[in-house]
Amino acid sequence: MNPLLTPYVRDPDGATFDFYLQHGGYDGLKAALAITPDQVIEMVKASGLRGRGGAGFPTGMKWQFVDRKSGAPRYLTCNADESEPGTFKDHLLMERNPFLLLEGCAIACYAIGAKVAYIYIRGEFFHVQRVLEAAVAEAYARGVLGANILGSGFDCDMYIHRGAGAYEAGEETALLESLEGKRAQPRNKPPFPAVIGLYGCPTAVNNVETLANVPLILKHGAEWYAALGPEKNGGPKLYCISGHVKRPGVYEAPMTITLRELIEGRAGGVRDGRTLKAVIPGGSSVPMLLPDQLDIPASFDGVQKAGSLLGSAGIIVLDDTTCMVWLAENLLHFYRHESCGKCTPCREGTDWLHRILVKIERGAGQLADLDLLSSIAGNIAGKTLCAFGDAAVTPVVTTLGHFRHEYEAHVREGRCTLPAPWRAQHPVGAH
Amino acid sequence: MSFHPRMAYDATFHRSSRVLTETGDPFAYSEDNLARFNQVVTRYPPDRRRSAVLPALYLVQEQQGYITAAAIWYVAGLLGITPADVEEAVFYYTMFHTRPVGTYVLRVCRTLSCALNGAERVTQEICAALDIKAGETDRSGTFTLFEVECLGACDRAPVVMVNDAWQEVQRPEDVGQLLAELKTRGEDALTGCHHRVVK
Repeated sequence: MNPLLTPYVRDPDGATFDFYLQHGGYDGLKAALAITPDQVIEMVKASGLRGRGGAGFPTGMKWQFVDRKSGAPRYLTCNADESEPGTFKDHLLMERNPFLLLEGCAIACYAIGAKVAYIYIRGEFFHVQRVLEAAVAEAYARGVLGANILGSGFDCDMYIHRGAGAYEAGEETALLESLEGKRAQPRNKPPFPAVIGLYGCPTAVNNVETLANVPLILKHGAEWYAALGPEKNGGPKLYCISGHVKRPGVYEAPMTITLRELIEGRAGGVRDGRTLKAVIPGGSSVPMLLPDQLDIPASFDGVQKAGSLLGSAGIIVLDDTTCMVWLAENLLHFYRHESCGKCTPCREGTDWLHRILVKIERGAGQLADLDLLSSIAGNIAGKTLCAFGDAAVTPVVTTLGHFRHEYEAHVREGRCTLPAPWRAQHPVGAH
Repeated sequence: MSFHPRMAYDATFHRSSRVLTETGDPFAYSEDNLARFNQVVTRYPPDRRRSAVLPALYLVQEQQGYITAAAIWYVAGLLGITPADVEEAVFYYTMFHTRPVGTYVLRVCRTLSCALNGAERVTQEICAALDIKAGETDRSGTFTLFEVECLGACDRAPVVMVNDAWQEVQRPEDVGQLLAELKTRGEDALTGCHHRVVK
C-alpha cells in the first residue's frame, strides 16, 4: 500500500499549500461541504475510524455524542500534546503534512457544528507550532478557514494553543482544563466532554492522526477506507519504532501488518548483532510482549488479543542488554514526575514505586520489596480518575511478570546484574 | 510519620523548590508584548480570559527570562484572575522558570528510548564539561541543564532541546563540540532536522 497519511513527507515542498492542493488536498473538505453534517458523521461511523490517540474509540460515535440540544456553542479540540514515551507520529504529521490536519479539523468542525477549533500542542513542539501557525495563516488566506469557507456559508476559526510541559495534558479532560488556564488535571467522567467539555460546552477532543484520517474517508469513501485494514481496524496507521533497532522511525502501514514485519522488516530488526529481548508495542503505558508473541496483526484488536494494547503505536524495541529493573525505574521516574497529583494513590504511589525500584536497581533491595511493589501497584490501578494510574503501574507489573528473575538477581547479588554500556556508570541527574 | 507501614515518610520526603522567595523587580509588558498579549486574548471567549494564562506567561518569560512574583501579579491583573490562579500554572507546568537561567537552556530527554540510546551519558558529559549538576546553571551563566521527560522524537534519540529548538541524535561524544559551537555561533550551530523545514 502506498502511504496515504505520509506520502510527501520527504518532499521539500510537501508541507506547502500549493503542493497539497495539487495532490488532491481539500477534496475531502469539498466533499464534506456538499453533504449534511449528519451525513459526514454517518460516513465516518461507517468507515470504522478509531481514535489514534491510544484508546481506539470510534470517532464517528464520539462526534455523534456531541450534544446539539443545549444550544451552547460547540468546540473541537485537537489533541497535539503528543507525550507518550515512544510516540512521535503526530510530530511528523504536523511538521511535514500540516494541511492534512487542518483539513481534517475543518471537516470535524463542520460535522459537529463547531465554529471554533483549538489545536493544543505541547510546549516542547515549538518548531512544529511555527509550521502549524504558518499553515493556519495560509489556510485563512486561501479561504479554507475563516468565514464562508469555499463559499459554503460555513465559518470556522482555528487557534493554536501552546502547552507548557505536562504529560497529563494529553488526557482529554485534563487537556480541556489546561486550555481553560488551569492545571492539567483530569475531570471526573461522566459527564464526558461531548456533553460538558471546554467552557462547559459540548466538545469533541480528537488526536492529530485521527483527524488526519478524516479527509481520506471523505475523499475516497467509507467502504474504501474500511477495506484498507482488518475488520474494525480500517484505514492506514502510523507506527513509531524506536529503541534498539537499525532504522528507527515512523512507518505507515495498514493494520494487517504484523509486529514482526514492522520490527524486523521495516525497522531492520535489532541492531549490532544483538538479540531481541522484549517489545513495548504501544507506548510506555502498555504491557510488554516477548519475542515469540510478535506474529500478530499490529491492530487494536490484534495486540489486545496478545495481552497488550496498541495504544499510541509507539513500539519500543529492547535488546538483550536492557536491564528490566533499570527500565522499570526509568519509566517510573517518568510517571512519578508526570503524575498530576490529583488522586492520592497515583501521586504517592508512583513515588513509592520509584523509590523502591531505585533501591533494588542500586543493589540495596530485599526480596520482600518485590511483593511490596506488587502490593502498591494493585492499590493504584483502577483507583484513579484517569487511566494514568493504570499506565503508571504497567512497567512494574509487566517487568515483574516476565522478568522476576532479574529482580531476584539484583537482590541476591546486591548490584545491577546487567549494566549496559549505553548507560551512565554512575546515576546522573538531580533526582 | 508514615501513611504506609513500610514506607519512610520523613521530613525529606517532599522537598519543594517551588517557593518564590523574592518579589522581583516591578513588572509590566513592553509595548510590543502588550500588543501581542491583547492579540492572544482574542482567541478565547471574552469571559474566558484565564485561558490565556500560558501564552501570557510565555510572554513574561520571553521578556525577562523567568517568572517573578511581581510578574504573576501583573498577569493576574491583566487576566482578571487571582495571583494564586497564575501561580498554580507557573508551578505546575515544567517549562516556566522561576529563577534566572543561562543563555542556552539545555533539556536532555531522559525517558526510555533516549536512555536506550545513551541519554544518560549525554547528561553525564554535559555535567562534566560544565561542572554542574542537572538543574543548575554554569558559572558563566551561559548554560542551564535540565533532564526532562520524553520530548517525542524517540526515533532521533538522544534528543537535546536547546532553548526552543532541537538537536537530535546527540551522541555523548558530540557534546563538547555542541557546547563549543553554541558559545561561538549561537543557535546557528544546531543541526536539528526540522531546521530543513522551518526557515
